[in-house]
Amino acid sequence: MVALKTFKKGGVHPADNKFSADKPFVKAPLPKMAIIHVTQHLGAPAKVLVKKGDKVKTGQLIAEASGFISANIHSSVTGKVMKIDNAIDASGYKKTAIYIKTDKEEVWEDGIDTSDDLVKDIPYSPQEIVEKVKKAGVVGMGGATFPTNVKLTPPPGKKAEYVIINGVECEPYLTVDHRTMLEKGHELMVGTKILMKALGVDKAIIGIENNKPDAIEYLTKISKEYGGITIQPLKMKYPQGGEKQLINAILGREVPSGGLPIDVGVVVQNVGTTVAVYKAVQKNMPLIERTVTVSGTNFPNPANYIVRIGTPIKELVEFAGGVPENTGKIIAGGPMTGKALSSLDVPVQKGTSGVIFFPEEAAHRKPYQDCIRCAKCVSVCPSGLEPYLLMTVTEKQMYDVARKNHITDCIECGSCSFICPTYRPLLDYIRLGKKTVMDQIRAERAQKQKK
Amino acid sequence: MSEVLLNSILTLGAVAVVSAIILYFVAQKFKVEEDPRIDDIEEALPSANCGGCGYPGCRAFAEACAKADNLDNLYCPVGGNDVMKKVAEILGMEVQEQRRQVAVVRCAGSYEHREHHNVYEGPENCAVAHQLYGGETDCHYGCLGLADCVRACDFDALHMDEKTGLPVVDEDKCTACGACVEACPRDIIELRVLGKRDRKIFVSCINEDPAGPAKKACSVACIGCGLCYDACKFDAITMYDNLAYIDDKKCVLCRACVEVCPTGAIWEVNFPPRKPKPAKKKAAATAKKANETKGQTTAKPINISDLPKEDKPKEEKTEAKQPEVKQDENKTEEKKNETNENNN
Repeated sequence: MVALKTFKKGGVHPADNKFSADKPFVKAPLPKMAIIHVTQHLGAPAKVLVKKGDKVKTGQLIAEASGFISANIHSSVTGKVMKIDNAIDASGYKKTAIYIKTDKEEVWEDGIDTSDDLVKDIPYSPQEIVEKVKKAGVVGMGGATFPTNVKLTPPPGKKAEYVIINGVECEPYLTVDHRTMLEKGHELMVGTKILMKALGVDKAIIGIENNKPDAIEYLTKISKEYGGITIQPLKMKYPQGGEKQLINAILGREVPSGGLPIDVGVVVQNVGTTVAVYKAVQKNMPLIERTVTVSGTNFPNPANYIVRIGTPIKELVEFAGGVPENTGKIIAGGPMTGKALSSLDVPVQKGTSGVIFFPEEAAHRKPYQDCIRCAKCVSVCPSGLEPYLLMTVTEKQMYDVARKNHITDCIECGSCSFICPTYRPLLDYIRLGKKTVMDQIRAERAQKQKK
Repeated sequence: MSEVLLNSILTLGAVAVVSAIILYFVAQKFKVEEDPRIDDIEEALPSANCGGCGYPGCRAFAEACAKADNLDNLYCPVGGNDVMKKVAEILGMEVQEQRRQVAVVRCAGSYEHREHHNVYEGPENCAVAHQLYGGETDCHYGCLGLADCVRACDFDALHMDEKTGLPVVDEDKCTACGACVEACPRDIIELRVLGKRDRKIFVSCINEDPAGPAKKACSVACIGCGLCYDACKFDAITMYDNLAYIDDKKCVLCRACVEVCPTGAIWEVNFPPRKPKPAKKKAAATAKKANETKGQTTAKPINISDLPKEDKPKEEKTEAKQPEVKQDENKTEEKKNETNENNN
């Protein structure tokens, strides 16, 4: 047997705990009051287009992109705009949001095809596809929420050679991409074709970890109907779902320090994003709902839900069976990169891939001790950095040293904090250092532009 | 034996003499002309090397002083006016006296005023916590209580109050070097000019939320009601982002704003105790009215249980503030004694 491919540098093996892998998607009920933030993506906040008292239809544009890296926001329900006010989001900070009280009857915006029929023909030109994706406000659904249309417009002089579809889902607990591949296989294939057409590429590879044999088998079977798409099984290892790690695993190419996947001729899109692109292009459906896994070791009924954006997590959890007893921590997203929630009033956003419960005994950090120089963090870092050093120099505010040691190449996967035998908060500090250095770089760039 | 000894002494001695001559001429040749006043100035400076003046260390500041045409933009916050006078004397220049500044913590959200509804377990570092999330309370502007400012202070002028979870500035030790201002990721600490007898009035809140959420998150928040703005006759108060800000340069310390503030967000420090009762604005006002109606003008202690219920949280606030107030009282008394002596 040939050894399965995986990325070369570092990586860890957390218990995958995919309890909800065999649970088909269930539609969650509409929220009573949808709270839709205008910053659900990386980049500039969208500009609010509605005002208090306005009636909106499902799928109506309520906030428009306000810059090159920004995304449109659509209403996920039919109802009345109650207020435009600050609302807490998963970061624990209050940000501008549009509150929409849901009507009993749902009215869709004109031109949206809500049927489940598969549309295979792609009559659109690459420009039209990018325009449609932009209009629908599609962003990366893996969690990074980078506007998809920007990824589909490579900078001049650079040409994509491959499209890689990310079906790795290396985060423990989460199973939404797995279910999407099983239940929306054909949509995924057409979506991949659309991405290939938009980028003018004839080769696409779907990377799937070998803990999802059913998805590998099913997609391998149906991919024969669609030319140019191959399925690549991969050996399980976290963080294989990182763009750069996935490219390294599949093609053996190394994205240069500070570079983007397009520098090695690749564009990576998540499975969920690809289906969203399919819906946006073929059905004119804006991104108003997403798939969310609700799970946890102490959660009796782990499951996958299709949830409208803006549904408060409280309502989703109630529908899923309520917060289990003895819960010490609730995380939005996956356990490795997600954020602990400070309130259940936080709504589901475009990047919310899961709600994970942790029992009290597993919820707490252990007190940290001095570094014992075991270099485990160095050996697991998928970016080839020295986390112990980056933490120390950040602690001492020696940001120039941090910069020389490529702190900006950190992908914030958390492998270092996961593996550290003395429980040092490595990623916490590295994130601070990375942000500070990024701010410095941005300030320098702005100054240069002025000159 | 003695010959060997003599030989070595003579040889070494000769080498020493030759080297000394070479060194002398080299030193003459490569002599660096330096303003001798720089050394004098450095001598006069406090040698704290804190960077509060804006220069990297006392030596650099001394050099800047020696080069400068006037001392208008140069000021050593640690040494204060005394040191600057000495520096001016050395340089033969004039120096304008500056009013003393101290660091002021603009957050009063102690444990009792702000409900903590989640637990932060990350590293004890404000900058990390601030970047991570909004904090343990609903107020996303207020103090995180992880003591970045205390660690930044070179003068031991800050410490965390365990009861309130907030940093406390020791005004006697504070040199206004600004290290804590820079360290605070939420810009809570500000350097403010002190008035007469080290008095100051400031808004102890930077929550920019509208009144409802602000008050819900913290009972002593500034709710941006504007009552103080209306009360101020000296244009010292500006309103922005649901917040009042008192300009320390314009404030005449009349305390009109303190009296009208409905949440007690405006603090007065180093003032003598009020009549009839210190620091309890609304209660004092009510008591005054009550006394007037009774025709009594003498100060009488108020029974707290007689007051309307909404005033009770205020009582807590006074308690929280007590250590500081007490200290201040002592100080004012001392000052009074001093003035008395002077008069005598």
